[in-house]
Amino acid sequence: MPLTQKHHADPIRAGEPQPYLWKLNLGPQHPATHTTLRIQLKLDGERVIDASPEIGYLHSGFEKLGERLDYNQYVVVTDRMNYVSPISNNVGWHEAVERLMGIEPTPRCKYLRVIAAELSRISDHLVCNAAVGLDTGAFTAFLYAFNPRERICDIFEAMSGARFTSSYTRVGGLNYDITPTAFEMIRKFLRDIPRAVHDVELLLNRNRVFVDRTRGVGALSREEAINRGASGPIARASGVTRDLRKDEPYLAYGDFDFDVCCATEGDCYARYLVRMAEVKESIKIVQQAMDNLPAGPVNVEVGSRAVLPPKDQVWTTIEGLITHFEMVMSNRGFEAPCKEVYAATEAPNGELGFYLVGDGTQTAYRARCRPPSFLHFAMLPHLLRGYRLSDVVAVVGSLNIIAAELDR
Amino acid sequence: MAIELPKGTLITQLDSLVSWCRKNSLWPMPFATACCGIELMATGASTHDLARFGAEVFRFSPRQCDLMIVAGRVVMKMMPVLQRVWLQMHEPKWCIAMGACASTGGVFDTYSVVQGIDRFIPVDVYVPGCPPRPEQLLQAIIDLQEKIQREGTTWCREFSLPERQKLPRALREEV
Amino acid sequence: MTPSRDLTTPTTVDRLRSVFPQASAHPSDDVPRVVVPRDAVRAVLEWLHGPGGFAFLADVTCVDYLHYHGATDRFGLVYLLTNLETNERIIVRTFVNDPAPSVPSVVDLWEAANWLEREVWDLFGIRFEGHPDLRRVVLPPAFESHPLRKDYPLQGLGERHNLPVVRRGEG
Repeated sequence: MPLTQKHHADPIRAGEPQPYLWKLNLGPQHPATHTTLRIQLKLDGERVIDASPEIGYLHSGFEKLGERLDYNQYVVVTDRMNYVSPISNNVGWHEAVERLMGIEPTPRCKYLRVIAAELSRISDHLVCNAAVGLDTGAFTAFLYAFNPRERICDIFEAMSGARFTSSYTRVGGLNYDITPTAFEMIRKFLRDIPRAVHDVELLLNRNRVFVDRTRGVGALSREEAINRGASGPIARASGVTRDLRKDEPYLAYGDFDFDVCCATEGDCYARYLVRMAEVKESIKIVQQAMDNLPAGPVNVEVGSRAVLPPKDQVWTTIEGLITHFEMVMSNRGFEAPCKEVYAATEAPNGELGFYLVGDGTQTAYRARCRPPSFLHFAMLPHLLRGYRLSDVVAVVGSLNIIAAELDR
Repeated sequence: MAIELPKGTLITQLDSLVSWCRKNSLWPMPFATACCGIELMATGASTHDLARFGAEVFRFSPRQCDLMIVAGRVVMKMMPVLQRVWLQMHEPKWCIAMGACASTGGVFDTYSVVQGIDRFIPVDVYVPGCPPRPEQLLQAIIDLQEKIQREGTTWCREFSLPERQKLPRALREEV
Repeated sequence: MTPSRDLTTPTTVDRLRSVFPQASAHPSDDVPRVVVPRDAVRAVLEWLHGPGGFAFLADVTCVDYLHYHGATDRFGLVYLLTNLETNERIIVRTFVNDPAPSVPSVVDLWEAANWLEREVWDLFGIRFEGHPDLRRVVLPPAFESHPLRKDYPLQGLGERHNLPVVRRGEG
């Protein structure tokens, strides 16, 4: 019989001495914490009475760094935020910067950003589900899910020059336009990926051990999900029908036909199913974007003083050279207005927002990032109370906590 | 002088034999903190396959490991944990600083990031890159294997040499 | 992008201002924002949480306006709320000053504010009165500064070098 939280309504009154309870420290270096999380558990036998998560083991001052680096340089740092899907962060950051500066990217750029962001969503969801499988004893699925991820890395390498931390976007455009090689790689990948997703599903969907360890575990109700600030697949697994791609269509998401995947159970298994369903929707989006990729330039006009001119212009014309020089010289680059904007995108983990304060110079005065993992990890004690010790890893895994995004 | 040996016998130094065994059966302890940890996982996964170099047995208990791979930046809150894990590992043990952040702090020249773990624990091989490709990590393992073969001793004397006891260079400049 | 709305029905900001005349609307081309005095912020947020229907607290953060030209107050708090029914967003701003800046906590309204407020305390040193567990969240408990303040240097005050050294052969 699966344990439910109701079944184990807290029988211990506060203030009572509880000598039979013992404390267990999980992390910060533990295989199931993925990166650097620490959870202090209070246990009654094998049942979790309370958990107090502690973070900060990877706090690297991203936001302070954002006040020093200019709007293009900081994209390198956003790569390292949610490092399972770096391009989603790049897209989110430059979405905010472009809204601050009032730049509208070209249609081709929007489509390419969508393709890159959705590919990274596929990779993120597969890796997350693979990790949940790994933590609950299904190692084979990990090997199967890492293969498409490797393919996506190769595609990113062809698109941006780096396989992993790609820094793909620029203010008003992209690092490079897509090449025929990369185009062909994505086409080929789209032919193969349904099979790979199917393999992972075969390995996990009805895997007795996996299902027993995830179904009914870490349940989150719809009201709690909203009140505790859950977003993304975790909120959708609890029945919150919110997807920023549909609700506040940014980039070119209004052009595509896709569904918002939801579940109502709110447990680890529902989160797994939502992620797998979203992978399939992302494949649909990438397919549509590839079929309808608009022609034309990928960057906005050089005259807008937002993007660097193309290299052949820099090397052959004096205007190009001067523009390039002015753009990269300190104090002569961007001029962001004295404005404050908030822009949110649907990253694989949830609502990734940037609150930017521009002060007329080329660096942000304040570059706040609203990290989805931070709020998801904060509700961990709520999710764990009443469950068993072995459920902790399944819950932590299914929340897809990325420490670098959590701590920044 | 001539010693009669039975057929099929090979003579070597005991040190060399032990080092040969050690270098081909490294058990890494993945101290994965950030982005590099994902590439570390990719190195262990099927495409790159760390098992080809005899180092695929990732163990999360420091007492079972002899190679610590620090993958990712280490911040001041994490450093005591890292040191504790390092001290829990048995000699002989080696350390690879994977990636720019672990080696030098990388792009994160900020208030909380340790500017290179070699200021606080000993490091044998540094891997450049942000993050390094899996091939680079494989090269680092090969380099470390060479180092073990070259200077390994049965009694781990190489770890008690006086020059090893000196402060790391980076720290001497600063303090 | 704001969803297109019917101009005849009063906006949330209008309704809010009819209840709280001291709240001033600020011009903004995307998310509507209101600035309220520090003493009214709790009442405004309670109203938004209840009758306003803003059930989702997206973010609580802060901006240090120490070197911002033309700024009169030092810290500007930002509450970012979302109404999931109508798909609206609203930003509530309030300003606090040294010494000992503090605002009332909203953890009892939105549980999401718990860690967000702790983070603001940790990085900016703004106290949230009534917060159940106001500890540092990302920095070590012994840390003394609030690093996202503008008068704190990017490289820190040497905290990152102040750690013991383990040498080869030890342990």
